Amino acid sequence: MAEHDIQTSPFSSPEGADKILVKDLDFYYGDFQALTDINVSIKQGAVTAFIGPSGCGKSTFLRCFNRMNDLILGTKADGLVTLDGQDIYAPGVDPVDLRRRIGMIFQQPNPFPMSIYDNVAFGPRLHGVKSKAKLDEIVESSLEKANLWKEVKDILDRNGLALSGGQQQRLCIARVLAVRPEVLLMDEPCSAIDPTSVQKIEDLMAEIKDEVTIIIVTHNMQQAARVSDYTAFFLQEVAGEPAELVEYDRTANLFTSPSDKRTEDYITGRFG
Amino acid sequence: MNKNLTNSLAMAFLWIAAGTTVAVLFAVIAYVVVNGIMVITPEFIFTWPEGVNAEGGVWPTIVSTLYVTGLAMLIVTPIAILAAVYLAEYAVQGRLVNIIRFAADSLASVPSIVMGLFGLALFVETMGIGFSMLSAALALSFLMLPIVMRTTEEAIRSVPKYIRWGAYGLGASKWQTVSRSVLPAATPRIVTGIILATGRAVGETAVVIYTMGQAINLPLTPFDSGRPMTVHLYLLAMDGINLPAAYGTALLLMIMILAFNLGARYFLRRNRKV
Repeated sequence: MAEHDIQTSPFSSPEGADKILVKDLDFYYGDFQALTDINVSIKQGAVTAFIGPSGCGKSTFLRCFNRMNDLILGTKADGLVTLDGQDIYAPGVDPVDLRRRIGMIFQQPNPFPMSIYDNVAFGPRLHGVKSKAKLDEIVESSLEKANLWKEVKDILDRNGLALSGGQQQRLCIARVLAVRPEVLLMDEPCSAIDPTSVQKIEDLMAEIKDEVTIIIVTHNMQQAARVSDYTAFFLQEVAGEPAELVEYDRTANLFTSPSDKRTEDYITGRFG
Repeated sequence: MNKNLTNSLAMAFLWIAAGTTVAVLFAVIAYVVVNGIMVITPEFIFTWPEGVNAEGGVWPTIVSTLYVTGLAMLIVTPIAILAAVYLAEYAVQGRLVNIIRFAADSLASVPSIVMGLFGLALFVETMGIGFSMLSAALALSFLMLPIVMRTTEEAIRSVPKYIRWGAYGLGASKWQTVSRSVLPAATPRIVTGIILATGRAVGETAVVIYTMGQAINLPLTPFDSGRPMTVHLYLLAMDGINLPAAYGTALLLMIMILAFNLGARYFLRRNRKV
């Protein structure tokens, strides 16, 4: 528990390079401003959790990293977001290429209505992998990493929708890992699944974070405390006003000695 | 009025209404079955009409009907699916798309005899294709196109958005998302739409009477003429020479259409179950 004493600013962390850097980000849905003046640096090889009450813009912010918001009409991101130092909103950046480097898991498990094998092979096939041997290898290793291989290795040709909700979510994780992303965005991945699968997903996060930088949105504070190295607390103080990033720190610090009163109120359960 | 009495009365009327619906359906089917069942033998199905086409079997008309329906399906399916994909996924939603949709819905409600007349003028005469499977299939496709297009569009729209997100999230382009994840997810409902439209085409009379001709003929190429079952039935009944054969043909038609509808249901069920 020595970690608690280390007072490290997330902006000058000695360990872990900045994978993603966000500077002065404002985000709009049409005329409504959802986020204001967000500054954050996401560390490579770490798990970062976004917490905060419902509707505080955590998921919106998460979708800025792979430009998923581009699919929603009338949205606008204003500010700088860089991946490995490169502005991802710069003209000439293809969001399709970006999403290959930054994978995403959604709240609702969303396997495609096809076999387990085809689900995992979907991404590699999309990007031109044709060799059966190569695909077999990717499918196996991805399912291994997603802690699902043992349960499905004999039923790879069964429809992915036949699995339980928690297995479906792990299948979706395997499907994303199969394209070997550098960053994995998880938008409340455990809110709709059984506890056993939650456990398995939390385990796998710890196992893969060295190779994949993970950002997880969760409104389960225990989960944030369990799985993450860094935590960001978001809050929309007045309805109709944009949400802001209240505090961002090492998870251990944020949960034990928050520097902002609002963070303390939230983590001690006084609201939200 | 007494509350219980009102309730009983309402129940009674509901029962009568529901009963009437079932009775009408049952009466029509029973009438055709009773009159037609004795006629249907393997011989009736697989032999040619004889004499003044009033005796013997109906084999060439079955072939003509299946031929023209299959051909129409081949013409309609790609066009309808591409149009639906465009409308549902690519077109900027607004006035123009609403007009296209309204046009499709209107096209679906044009009386089929008008469509037949149009087919006669355009395909048979102006384009010089003559009375043929092709003319009839083209005219039928006008009838089927809006049905298939609209059901396909609905099928595509009903694919949950998180299926799309899944594909986009893996770095799929728009076309890859549509062709590899949205269309496969929509396939059961698309196929159902095609089968239902095909059932409609099998039973269609007015369109084909103008465009296929009436000659008893076993069609080989799309340019051959023929006589579909519906027209055969019409002529048999109107001439009044062989009513039993008319009922037999009618029953065969009903069985075919029923088979199409059951096929559609089966397909949808099988694909829902995973």
